[in-house]
Amino acid sequence: MDILVCVKRVPTVGGVITLTADQRAIDTRASGFTISPHEECAVEEAVRLAERFGGSVTVVTLGSTAAEEQLRACLALGASAAVLIETADGVETGPIATAAALASVAAIGFDLVLLGNEASDTGDYQVGIRLAHLLGRPVATGIKSISVAGDESSLAASRVYRGTLETYPLPLPCVVTVKEGINLPRYPSLPGRLRAKRASVRRVPLDVPAAVRDVVMTRLRVPDAPAKQATVLGHGPDAVPALVAVLGEIGVLP
Amino acid sequence: MTVFCLVELDSGGVAEASLRAMTLARGLAADAGAAGVTAVAFAAAPPGAAGLGAELAAYGAAEVYAVSGIDGYAPQAWARVLAGLLAAAGGAPGAGASPEISGHAVVAAGTERGNEVLAHLGAVTGLPMAANCVAAAPVPGALALVRQRWAGLLLEEAVLDAPAALLTVAADAVSPVPVSGRPAAAVVHELTATAADADLVIRAAESPDAGGGASLATARVVVGGGRGVGSADGFAPLEELAALLGGVVGVSRVVTSEGWRPHTMQVGQTGTKITPDLYLACGISGAIQHFAGCSGAKHIIAINTDPSAPMMTRADYAVVGDLHEVLPALIQTLKARS
Ligand SMILES: Cc1cc2nc3c(=O)[nH]c(=O)nc-3n(C[C@H](O)[C@H](O)[C@H](O)COP(=O)(O)OP(=O)(O)OC[C@H]3O[C@@H](n4cnc5c(N)ncnc54)[C@H](O)[C@@H]3O)c2cc1C
Ligand SMILES: Nc1ncnc2c1ncn2[C@@H]1O[C@H](COP(=O)(O)O)[C@@H](O)[C@H]1O
Repeated sequence: MDILVCVKRVPTVGGVITLTADQRAIDTRASGFTISPHEECAVEEAVRLAERFGGSVTVVTLGSTAAEEQLRACLALGASAAVLIETADGVETGPIATAAALASVAAIGFDLVLLGNEASDTGDYQVGIRLAHLLGRPVATGIKSISVAGDESSLAASRVYRGTLETYPLPLPCVVTVKEGINLPRYPSLPGRLRAKRASVRRVPLDVPAAVRDVVMTRLRVPDAPAKQATVLGHGPDAVPALVAVLGEIGVLP
Repeated sequence: MTVFCLVELDSGGVAEASLRAMTLARGLAADAGAAGVTAVAFAAAPPGAAGLGAELAAYGAAEVYAVSGIDGYAPQAWARVLAGLLAAAGGAPGAGASPEISGHAVVAAGTERGNEVLAHLGAVTGLPMAANCVAAAPVPGALALVRQRWAGLLLEEAVLDAPAALLTVAADAVSPVPVSGRPAAAVVHELTATAADADLVIRAAESPDAGGGASLATARVVVGGGRGVGSADGFAPLEELAALLGGVVGVSRVVTSEGWRPHTMQVGQTGTKITPDLYLACGISGAIQHFAGCSGAKHIIAINTDPSAPMMTRADYAVVGDLHEVLPALIQTLKARS
């Protein structure tokens, strides 16, 4: 099975989000970059499928040169090839253009294309579906379990929606977007990391499709946090009586 | 202008997330001077389409399409029906849509299904789609939107300039508000759709969930555990306390990454959003991605050795201390009371 996984470089945000002065991006001077947890699981799922059925795992990202860092991280986890669709620094392509660019790489030679259900930064919830339509392939989204038929002609992808298990039987080739929880991603091995360092990343230029009309961001803002100051009930076990009193007020005591 | 709203049905009628979507859609319709919202519901056999009409009229529907003929949930086939309704409303947008704004909109709940169907609709029509909006208002020639990024930790102000606007509504940001007074009854159209086989390739086979992760989302009390719990075995007092309070245990991503507990128990951006009366967060630092899942709790109490952890400052109440000392003492006291 030849599998393509689409990953996106996003800022690592911790305790607070700080914006740049022009309010159009997250200030990443003090933070690093990563891929979204859903995509980490997509890479892991692809590597497991390739371990089981044979074949290859290619990772692709649309981003600036710096996104090579994320591609190499995926190579260290077991991906066998990497493609960078290169954009100018600081350019944010919308989901329509992103899907079109990914389609140019995904169109030939892959039995399965995996993506995250949504990117952790923009959360557009659509690149996988748009990509599937461009490829003319079926797509299942938000998937928490994939089982491929022994003859590799189809798979069953499932998710839980409002307490109901939904299973999507799809013929291959197809597109699946996954969510964290589908597996527990491994840590990169030392040989993996060394291999990733030496591996070559194929670069393709971004062909912007003519006149893409997408949602246009004007600015970002951090929502007002409720101005709350916690009441300290005490230190250690001595705080228990006060704690019990609060549980009583809230109305959760048995 | 027609404002369509895809509404999802559950056993109790219209799903609450869809009533929120109806509320935002109604505002858009009013701004545009439309008579009301045109609601679209998919059901194998319309379960009392008249009842559906009354329920939706209370949230601003002027018309309701009760669509039958598609067995089960088939997102691409649903999108095709919406595309047909959109085209029939006039000013049909296509891949090479005209630059004029015909001003139609299709709104859905920001649920897995709502986002999925609208993304298919976007792909089928070539229209842009904005997920998880918290506000939408017309500005000359376009729509001004506010939408969630980073699971709501960041807001994006944006402009959508397209022949028709496809929007989903963030599940936790718009309250469902019924229309005031007695609404006129909605006109109900029963529509039998015929879906192409190619669209029906994507169709869910439904069965009851054996996993049982659903209780976290609806629990009244959640006892949360993070890295501070220290190990898989360290959860014993949290589980005992949760049982005493009639609640369940929820965990941070560190706990699931370590393999101490399964991902179905994770609270946060990539886990479950919880809305309990009490969230008792033990040994959790309170990263923003974790807050994205627990900010809907009515009351938060944090237990942490570090008084400056974000969880401790953003909670309602804080206990400074080692959870492995505080929890056993609390359990003992609660047991002695009963
Ligand atoms: C895109 C993205 C999505 C994410 N989604 C999620 C998500 O859905 N859910 C989630 O939880 N995280 C999520 N994260 C991870 C998140 O950023 C944090 O890494 C994680 O929440 C930290 O978990 P923690 O609080 O258990 O661990 P830590 O941050 O390590 O905090 C441990 C805390 O325990 C305290 N402590 C230690 N020992 C004790 C003790 N004996 N008694 C009391 N207190 C003690 C410490 O003082 C500290 O405050 C996501 C991250 C990203 C980038
Ligand atoms: N720039 C990108 N490069 C590669 N993959 C991407 C990019 N943007 C989005 N994706 C993929 O599409 C998924 C959904 O993204 P979105 O629709 O933007 O929320 C992500 O989880 C990625 O797998």
